[in-house]
Amino acid sequence: MKILVGIKRVVDYNVRVRVLPDGSGVDTEGVKMSVNPFDEIALEEALRLREAGKASEVIVVSAGGDECQQQLRTGLAMGADRAIQIKTDGPLQPLSAARALLKVTEREQPGLVILGKQAIDDDNNQTGQMLAALWNRPQATFASEVVLDGEKATVTREVDAGLETIEVDLPAVVTVDLRLNEPRFVKLPDIMKAKRKPLDVLPLEELGVAVENDLAINTYSPPPQRQKGIMVETTEQLVQELKNRGLL
Amino acid sequence: MSEREIMEYDVVVVGAGPAGLACAIRLKQLQPDAMVAVIEKSAEIGAHILSGAVIEPGPLDELLPGWRDKPPPVCVPVARDEFWYLTATGRRRLPTPPQQNNHGNFIVSLGALCGWLAPQAEALGVDIFPGYSASGIHFTADGAVGGVIIGDMGVSRDGTPKDTYMQGIEIHAPTTVLSEGCRGHLSKQLIKRFKLTENAQPQTYGVGMKELWRVQPGKSQPGLVQHTLGWPLDSATYGGSFIYHLDKDRIALGFVTGLDYADPEFTPFEAFQQMKHHPMVKDLLEGGEILSAGARALVEGGYQALPRAEMPGALLIGDAAGLLNVPKIKGTHQAMRSGMLAAEHLAEQSTASGFDARLKSSAIVSELHKVRNIRPGFYKGLWRGLITAAIETITAGKLPRTLTLHADHTALAKVTEYTSPDRHWGARELPPRDRLASVYFAATEHDEDQPVHLQILEPDICTSRCTQEYNNPCTRFCPASVYEMVEDADGQRLQINAANCVHCKTCDIKDPYQIINWVTPEGGSGPNYQNL
Repeated sequence: MKILVGIKRVVDYNVRVRVLPDGSGVDTEGVKMSVNPFDEIALEEALRLREAGKASEVIVVSAGGDECQQQLRTGLAMGADRAIQIKTDGPLQPLSAARALLKVTEREQPGLVILGKQAIDDDNNQTGQMLAALWNRPQATFASEVVLDGEKATVTREVDAGLETIEVDLPAVVTVDLRLNEPRFVKLPDIMKAKRKPLDVLPLEELGVAVENDLAINTYSPPPQRQKGIMVETTEQLVQELKNRGLL
Repeated sequence: MSEREIMEYDVVVVGAGPAGLACAIRLKQLQPDAMVAVIEKSAEIGAHILSGAVIEPGPLDELLPGWRDKPPPVCVPVARDEFWYLTATGRRRLPTPPQQNNHGNFIVSLGALCGWLAPQAEALGVDIFPGYSASGIHFTADGAVGGVIIGDMGVSRDGTPKDTYMQGIEIHAPTTVLSEGCRGHLSKQLIKRFKLTENAQPQTYGVGMKELWRVQPGKSQPGLVQHTLGWPLDSATYGGSFIYHLDKDRIALGFVTGLDYADPEFTPFEAFQQMKHHPMVKDLLEGGEILSAGARALVEGGYQALPRAEMPGALLIGDAAGLLNVPKIKGTHQAMRSGMLAAEHLAEQSTASGFDARLKSSAIVSELHKVRNIRPGFYKGLWRGLITAAIETITAGKLPRTLTLHADHTALAKVTEYTSPDRHWGARELPPRDRLASVYFAATEHDEDQPVHLQILEPDICTSRCTQEYNNPCTRFCPASVYEMVEDADGQRLQINAANCVHCKTCDIKDPYQIINWVTPEGGSGPNYQNL
């Protein structure tokens, strides 16, 4: 069984993200870019399933310009067998990304597609669900445990009320949450091996996917500056201060 | 523990700064078949690099002809120089010292420049490994340096392996090139082991802090290079500021303090923040925002402190070899030229042997010889220093004298023997509020569950002698608030907030007892500087 893992190039989680002065986007000049951390967890899970003999091949796929090959190489260095770049001019919105992933899924016929639950840049949390719907296959989102058993997967999901365990028929789409696993470090010799692993480039047009930007982004703005707090001496003062602010 | 995996190279370079990358590039230009690896502890090339930086383009012209057609991302030609003497509220224009005439030079971000050099090295076939720290040295059976040992990853605070544990590999090579920059921890061990400074005077250092600002539109004058002396320092303390005007409303500014200061209560970070509140600087910054900030120690010893730059199996280049030119306030051209010279030497000789003689007879070292007395001239204070500088400049260093150096950690006075002068420091308004707020702009990151990489060799001294004699200066000289004295049930103890560390190495240098040992943390840890 093949496992397809989607990975996205995003601004590294350690970077202090800054909005451009004109509000047209986020400043990415000289900014460190990484594999979306949730996608790293997705890849780690796929690699563990392969190492446990539950899968035969792990393929990483990313949509973007040639710069995303850097993240695909990271995926190959972690242990993926081969990589596919869906070549695009710019970032794809979730529906277009799902459509592009569907094309690759149809070509590769994986038994399982594992994605991060969301990317830490736009935090959309949509692509996995959309892919499952377009593919007309089951989905198990926010996974904190994945157990494969023949034609089925038992997935523990992180939901608001606690944990929910569901069983899905394969092939299926699984999106992963933070507590599923802790991704491995890349071994230095594996970086060299990754350079020799296959990386196929598929232009988006050749896949027959039309980019539709259903979402219009008007402006970016930083979160409001937090107001300085005050220390209150008594309960009466607290009540008064809350009243002054129209909160009581 | 199992045998470590081994990778073999012809040359392994430690540190992807300007020296290491120039060396790797030159080597591949001369010997396309040579197997060259570059190890870098930062997660991305350039993320641990911090410099002013105004650079001389000569070495770049030599290394990469045509670079001007596709320059590094931050690269503004110097338009004019200004040199100021500051008092708390006033300023006086001084003639620009000839060494600091920057006509034809460029203001760059050295971090961005390294990030731009790296892919060019890779295109030539250099294997660059960011995110891996060279934590140890591999010695061959006959005691020569035979390569480096990469640090283990996934080790918990108490030293036991975590689930993600990964043993570091060994990289073996007939020649190891150490380009760790100032006070590299492998260089430090090797300088000691091979007695490379036997015939040299003690190396001396400075600590530089830098912030990159985006200021209000129109305030930056791209290409303007400003340097200041005087306030906020007293005349006994060596140091000064730089203010470099970049494009896109950006200003790079910073402050360098000689680490030979005597006042145990002195806080270099505070001096930098005060300087930003001088009317000349404050007007520039008000209404702007900090984009990135950090700190790094630099070598100031110059000619007198040069170590022997070779040992069996390895050589030193760049700041690791002490090559920075203090009167020019530049080290990048020296770093790159020494890296290229090392590459040329290795391409011809295939051995480290003979490199020191070659370096010492090169223009790199004669440039340092000429200005050798300028920095130690300031030991007697700012004014005597300026006079010495003028004499040495006029005579081009030909006077038959060489001033001696003293080790920085011995320069600190005891609290009972020193009264801090009134430096006329005032209240501050501009960010960052304190050192913790500043570390935020360094985006420094260390997994908390890893061994503390700041080793205190004799912890008892911290709470006894050091408290009495120096009032724990580590809590002040560290620009990242790594060291804190805290009270708990057992009394006073030193708390090390290793996760804040920006890898500047000041503690390893200035600690008066020399009991702080900076070692590499897990690869990929540390600051994530953007365009510093």
